This record gives sequence, C-alpha cells and structure tokens, in this order.
Amino acid sequence: MSEILNDETKKVLIEPLVDNNPITLQVLGICSALAVTSQMSTSLIMALALTLVTACSSAAISAIRNHIPGSIRIIVQMTIIASLVIVVDQILKAFAYEISKQLSVFVGLIITNCIVMGRAEGYAMKNPPLASFIDGIGNGLGYSLILIAVSFIRESLGSGKLLGIEVFKLTKDGGWYDPNGLMLLPPSAFFIIGLIIWAVRQWKPKQAEAADFKILSIAHGEGGHH
Amino acid sequence: MPKCEQFDKICAKLDSCEHYQKFRVYWDKVLAMGNDSLEKTIAIATALCLVCAVLVSFSAVALKPLQVNNKELDMKKNILDVAGLLQEGSDIDKAFKDKIEAKIVNLETGDYVEDMNPAEYDQRKAAKDPALSVAIPKDKDIAHIRVKAKYAKVFLVKEAGAIKSVILPINGYGLWSTLYGFLSLDADGQTVQSINFYDQAETPGLGGEVVNPNWRALWKGKKVYAETEQAGLEKGLIESAEIGEPALALIKGVVDTSKPGSQYQVDGLAGASLTSAGVTNLVRYWMSKEGFAPYIAKVRAVKGVKS
Repeated sequence: MSEILNDETKKVLIEPLVDNNPITLQVLGICSALAVTSQMSTSLIMALALTLVTACSSAAISAIRNHIPGSIRIIVQMTIIASLVIVVDQILKAFAYEISKQLSVFVGLIITNCIVMGRAEGYAMKNPPLASFIDGIGNGLGYSLILIAVSFIRESLGSGKLLGIEVFKLTKDGGWYDPNGLMLLPPSAFFIIGLIIWAVRQWKPKQAEAADFKILSIAHGEGGHH
Repeated sequence: MPKCEQFDKICAKLDSCEHYQKFRVYWDKVLAMGNDSLEKTIAIATALCLVCAVLVSFSAVALKPLQVNNKELDMKKNILDVAGLLQEGSDIDKAFKDKIEAKIVNLETGDYVEDMNPAEYDQRKAAKDPALSVAIPKDKDIAHIRVKAKYAKVFLVKEAGAIKSVILPINGYGLWSTLYGFLSLDADGQTVQSINFYDQAETPGLGGEVVNPNWRALWKGKKVYAETEQAGLEKGLIESAEIGEPALALIKGVVDTSKPGSQYQVDGLAGASLTSAGVTNLVRYWMSKEGFAPYIAKVRAVKGVKS
C-alpha cells in the first residue's frame, strides 16, 4: 500500500514541475503570472498563497467528493476555494501587511485562478484527499517555479534588483546598467513565458501540440501553431 | 489531560441532547441519499455555506485587531517618514506620540476644529460620506478626485512648543490610480520638507517611482507659492503663476538649478508623463484656495505673531 502511495505521490508531486506544468503545458493561471511577477518578493508570496490554497481546497473538495451533488458541483468548489482565499488574505493582512498591500487584489483573484479550479475539477473530484492535497502542492510548485523564473528575469533586467537588493547598479544612480522599462510592464511576462514554453517544448518535444490544421495555399510557412 | 476531558464532556452533553440525536439521524439519512436528489442538494449547500461562513467570519474577527494595528502602525510610519523623524528600528508608537500632534482643520475657513477627536476621524472615509464631504465643481477639480472631505486631518511636528512643520494629507489621480500621500511643509507654509505617497498603484518602475527615496529627496527646500510673478516657467507643467499662487510643478527632464524659477521645479518622473502631471495637479489643488491655502495663511499668521 505504502509503496503504491509513494509512487503515486511522487508522480503527482514531480510531474507538474516540468512534464505537466500548469503554466507551460496546461497554459492556466497566466493572468496572475503577468500581474505579480515584476518583483520577486510578491511572486514568492503569491506562489506560496496559491500553493496553499490549491492543496487545501483540493483536499477539502476531495474529502466530500462522494457527496457533492452534480448540479451544484462547481458552486460547491468555488465556495470552498473562495473561503480559503479569504482566510489567506486575512492572514496576509495580519502578518505580512507590506506584501499584502503590494499584492492588493491579486490575492482575491486566486479564486478565479484556473489552476485551483482545474485541479479541483480534474483531480480532486476523482481521487482521495491525501493524493489531492499532494497534487495541489505539486501543481502549486509548478506554478511557483515559472513565477519565480519570470520574476527573476523581470526584476533583475527591469530594475536591477533581486528581492529588492541591488544587483546591477543603475545609470540613474551613477552605475552602468540602463534598466529595460518593458520588463516592468505586464506584456514582458508574455514574452518570457512564451520563450519558456518554447524552451521546454524544445527540450521535451512530446509537449508540442499537433497543428490543428494545415495551411495549404500560402507558400511554405509554418502555419497552424497558436 | 483536562482538555480532552472537557471535550468528552461536550460530546456527552451533545449525545444526550435530543435535537442533536435528531440531527444525526437526519444527517445519516441525507448522506445515504442519491447525490442528485433535491433534498440532498439543498442540505449539502446549506451545510457547506454554514461551515464556510464560520471559517471566514472566525478568521476575519480573530485577525481584526492585528490588521487594525498594522494599518495604524503603517500610517504612523508614513507620517514619521515624511516628517523626517523615522529611524530604523526605533519605536514608532513612542516616536509618534512624543513628537507629532494630530489636528482637524476645517478646509473652508482654515481653522482648527476642537470638538472632533482626531484619533477617531478618518479623512478618507469622510470623503465618501455625503454629510462630511463636498463635491468639487468640475472646472476646479484639477486633481480629479470629485469629492473632498470638509475636514482634513493634519499633523503638526512641534519642537519646544513651537510648530516646526505641518504635514498635510494630499490625494489625486495619476495614471491608473488615486495617489494618497502627505506633503510636509516648514512652518513658513512655503518651503517643502518632504513628500511621500503611501497608497498608489502607478506602473512599477515608472510612475511607481513616486516612492523612490532619491526622487523624494529632490523635493526638499522647494517653494510652493510664487513669490514673484512667474511667467513662462520653462518646460514646467504649470506655465505661469501669480504672486501667492501655487507654482510648484514637475517638469520634463532634469531641473537646471542655475535658472530662475528652479525653486518651483522638481524633476519629472522618467517615462511617466501622466503620473508627473497627476502629482503636479494634486499638489497644486491641495495648495490652492480649494485646499489648504486658508489654513496655511493662518499658520503663517500665528508664526508671525510669535516671532
């Protein structure tokens, strides 16, 4: 029994990191990945909050999965997720006030983060609580990994800092580095996530999706990917 | 263990309670029902709502004192910061109590209001309360805030009984957000000591640089009101100002201190023209007759009498 659990545990915990990453493969949770990644500190807290919420909500939903009426399934999931997010928001306001000020509405928006709902509907409704909890942790970590990578690039190139500590001296303070303003704006996260997805799919060609259709008449372009 | 005993006692009490027994019987019946029956759907929805409501309200109520405390501490920190009294690692509560006095000012007359308790007055809340606020006519609303509170909460920094500086709350619209902050002036009501914004959501790295200490340091020593007729202030967002009118503005680029009028100019925020315009306008608004001008006139008069 424990052997099987261990294998399964390992699978649900490790797979979402690269092989089944919620952002790069499932392309979920992009909105918050754009919004909170201009600084590493906010990304870290956001990643932690999302991991906790996904794990706890998956476990809670899985615990009552056999009694959830089909007709109000989604509402039940949302109620549980929303309650947990409010609790997390309250805790942040009480114990990490500065960070909660910076995250502002994005903590509340975890409710609508597709990863949380996706795991509840896709995994927790069919699996026991412990496995669902670990699946939530795994997916949260996969999300965290991308968030931290993106914010690492954005904060260092955009403001010459990492976690608020100066790494490149900026020209305006008499240093050598002229910061890239684009990195501080949300669209830069699109480019970075796009590049990460491309890199991962080069590394693991299995993840590349087959083209939905082939463009016949237009020259020899590489159409079809989107 | 005593705790467990208590728990057992509660359980025993529950078990002996008639209603609880009835509830258990009903609950077992519900759980045995088909998932799609109407009764089970309603029962599960009700039970879930109850549990979630208890969880949410418990966390909100239990953490409230900590949150209120955080908010107050943060505000005090901002006020001490703009007063130049913030020291790393010092006791904020004590420093605030020792050096700073809060006062309520009637914006229209510029007089102190003595029958209101500053500790209980929240200017931001008052601005939303029709009884405590006034609408700003459109042509005068350069800060784009639409309403203002009738009474403002100002803070006085006193040294040896005399007012050393006054800290005025200011707010106005930038690019994305309403900026809330404080402007601290010398007792002459003319020289800027410092400015800070404690609540804003401008673009990080561009407009968000309003919180950058290096940029804020540029404000020190700048003059608010024109002392001589100012016309054609170079590149400034305020082009001209008559004597006694607010002339302080952000300009495009870097201030050339050798030029006349540079005491009324602060470097604009690079890459953030709209936030720069917003900051200029909100300072101009709050320093005008619509804002704190009547009060500042009285502060000056008091100082004149004493010296």
